[in-house]
Amino acid sequence: MTSSPLPPPGAELRHCVSDKPFDPSSIERLSPAQERVYLASQLRLMWWKFRRHRAAVVSGLFLAVLYISILFCEVLAPYHYQTRNIDYLYAPPQAIHLFHEGRFVGPFVYGLNYSLNMETLKREYTPILSQIHPVRFLCRADTYEFWGVWKSDVHLFCPAEGGTLFLLGTDRLGRDVLSRIIYGARVSLTIGLLGVAITFLLGLIFGGLAGYYGGLVDLVVQRIIEVLQSLPTIPLWLALAAIMPVTWSPIVVYFGITVILGLVEWTGLARAVRSKLLSLREEDYVLAAQLMGASPYRIISRHLVPGFMSHLIASATLAIPSMILGETALSFLGLGLRPPITSWGVMLTEAQNINIVALYPWLLTPAIPVILVVLAFNFLGDGLRDAADPYK
Amino acid sequence: MLLYIIRRICLMIPTLFLTSALVFTIMELPPGDYFESYMAELQAQGEGVDKAKIEFLRREYGFDKSPVERYFMWVGGMLQGDFGYSFEYQMPVTDLVGSRIFLTILVSFATILLTWLIAFPIGIYSATHQYSWGDYGLTFFGLLGIAIPNFLLALILMYLANVGFGTSIGHLMAPEYIGQPMSWAKFRSILSHIWIPVTVIGLSGTASMIRRVRANLLDELQKQYTITAKAKGLHPFKALVKYPLRSSLNFFVGSIGGILPEIVSGAEIVAIVLSLETTGPLLIKALQSQDMYLAGSFLMFLAFLTVIGVLISDIALAALDPRIRLQGESVR
Repeated sequence: MTSSPLPPPGAELRHCVSDKPFDPSSIERLSPAQERVYLASQLRLMWWKFRRHRAAVVSGLFLAVLYISILFCEVLAPYHYQTRNIDYLYAPPQAIHLFHEGRFVGPFVYGLNYSLNMETLKREYTPILSQIHPVRFLCRADTYEFWGVWKSDVHLFCPAEGGTLFLLGTDRLGRDVLSRIIYGARVSLTIGLLGVAITFLLGLIFGGLAGYYGGLVDLVVQRIIEVLQSLPTIPLWLALAAIMPVTWSPIVVYFGITVILGLVEWTGLARAVRSKLLSLREEDYVLAAQLMGASPYRIISRHLVPGFMSHLIASATLAIPSMILGETALSFLGLGLRPPITSWGVMLTEAQNINIVALYPWLLTPAIPVILVVLAFNFLGDGLRDAADPYK
Repeated sequence: MLLYIIRRICLMIPTLFLTSALVFTIMELPPGDYFESYMAELQAQGEGVDKAKIEFLRREYGFDKSPVERYFMWVGGMLQGDFGYSFEYQMPVTDLVGSRIFLTILVSFATILLTWLIAFPIGIYSATHQYSWGDYGLTFFGLLGIAIPNFLLALILMYLANVGFGTSIGHLMAPEYIGQPMSWAKFRSILSHIWIPVTVIGLSGTASMIRRVRANLLDELQKQYTITAKAKGLHPFKALVKYPLRSSLNFFVGSIGGILPEIVSGAEIVAIVLSLETTGPLLIKALQSQDMYLAGSFLMFLAFLTVIGVLISDIALAALDPRIRLQGESVR
C-alpha cells in the first residue's frame, strides 16, 4: 500500500487539465470525402441517393424530354393533327430507306400505289419502287397556329413536295398516326399532372385534418375514404363522366375529366398523409409549438408537412400512371375526351373493333407511348421513394 | 374479440348508408331522367309520344316525388330484397342481373385465385434472391404488367389469336350456350373459355401483388430474429416460411377486402373488349342510358360485397395479430 498512486486523503488534488489551446477538430479529423457527406444538405443527399438508381434517372430524363417536346409538338409533327389525306385512308406505315438500288440517297420513302381488293374490300397499298420521296428537314408544310397564337408552317421534318410521309400509317380519315401521337401527348401527359395536383390538394387537406385532429374528424374522414374505396374506380369514373353534358366544349370536358380523376383517386394519398401525421404529431417539437400558441394550420404546414413532403412527392409520382391509364380507359370507352381533342385514349377508340385491328394493326401504336410513359413514371417513383429517406 | 367484431359491424352501417347516398346522388346528377331521353329518342325516330303513358310511368316509378323520397324508397326496397326496375330492359333488376352476376363472381374468384397462385411463389423467390438476374427479370415483368392497361392486353391477345390461329377468343362460352340455362356442358364450355379473361384481368393484380410480397418479405428478412434463426442452424425452409413469411402476411390479409373493387373495375372494360357475358357491359350501358336503378343497385351490391370483404379481413387480422386487436382503437 505504500506505493499507491493516490494522494493521501485530505491533500490537495493536482490539477491535470492542460491549459494549452485546444482545437477539437484536430482529434477527430474527417477525410474530405467524409466531410462532404456529413455537411451535405438533405436535398443533396437525396440527389446522391436518387442518382444511384439508374433506371429512375433514365426514366426521369425520358419524361423530361417528353414533357419539353409537348411544348413544340406543332413543329415536331410532320403533319397537322387534323390534316386529312383523303387519297390515303388506312395507309400502312412507310419504311424509311437510305439506299436506292445500292446507291446512297439519304432518308427517303417510296411512293404508295393504292388499289381496292374487290374480293375482301380491303385497301391495299404497294410501294412504287420508281418513286423516291426524300424526307425534307426544317421545311415548310402544313400551316398551324403555334400555341394558338401565331401562324407558322415550319416543321422539323416533312414529306417531299407532292409525296407522303406516314411513318406509322394513317387512320380511318387518312390522318397521320405519328403526328396525332405527338399532338395527343399534350393532352395525355398533362391530364395526369393536373389530376395529381387535385389529388395532392384533397389528400393533404383531408389527410391533414384526420391525422392532426383525430377523434370525430378522423372517424368521418375515414368513413368517406372507405366509401370511395369500396366502389370500383372505373364504374365510378364512368358514372361521373356520364354526368358531363354533351353540350360542353371539348376543353371544358378536358378539365372535367381531370377533376373526376382527381376526385376518385385522392383517398390513397389522404391515407398516407394521415398515418404519417398520426405518428409525427406525438413528437416533442409539435408539443413545443402548441405550447407557444401556434395555430393548427401553422403547425401542420410549417412543422409537420415538410417532414414528409418528400414521401408525398414520391407517392404522387406513383399515382400519375393510374391517372394516365384512367384517361385512356375512359376515352377508349367513348366517355372521356371527345374529338376534335386528341389523346392517346381517343386514338385507341378506333382500335376498339377487332376486325379493324386485324386489318390495320398500326392503329394500336398509340398504346406504345402509353406503356412507356407508365413504365417510366413507375421507375421514377421508385427512385424518388428510395431517395425520400436518404438516411436509411 | 366479440366486442371488436360488434364495433366493426356497427361501423359498417354508416359506411353503407353513406355509400348508398353517394351512389344515389351520382345517379341523380345528370340532367333529366330516363323518360326524357326515351321521349327524345321516340321523337327522333318520328314516332308519336303518348304523353299520358309517359306520365303514368313516371308516377308509377315515383319520379313525381322529390329525390329524397325516392332515395328512401330505393333504400327501403333494397332492404327487402327489391332492387328496383330496369327501364331499358323492362324487367326487375334482380332477374336481369341474376345470371350475369354468377359469371362475374366466377371470373373474379378465378382471377383472385390465379393471382395468388402466381404471385406468392414469384414474390418469395424475388425476395430471397434479391438483386439476382431472376429478381430483375421478374421485377421488370411485374412493372410491365402494371404498365399495360388490361383492355389493351385483351385487344393485343385478340389480335394475335386472330392473326396466329384465325380464331376469335371473345365471349365466355361457345355461342350455342348463350341464353341457355346452366347445364354441365355449358359449365365445361365456360371453363374452357374463362382462362383468357382471367389471365388478362389478373395480370396487373399479379404484378402489384408480386411487388408487395417482395417488399414485405424483404422487410422481415432483414430483422434480427431471422438472422438468429439462421445462426441457430434452423433449416432454411423453416427459417423462411415459419416466421418471416408468416409475419409478412399481415399486408395480404389486410388487402383481401380491397381486392374485389380492383378486380371488378379492371374486368369491366376487358368484358367489353372481349364481349363477355358478365355484368360489365350491362353496367356501362346502364350508366350511359341513365337506367338509374340498374346501375345504382349494381354499384350498391358491389359496395356491399366490398364492405363485407373489409370486415372479414379486419376480423382475420385481429384474430391473427394481437397487436391490432389490443390497440385497434387508436392506430387503425
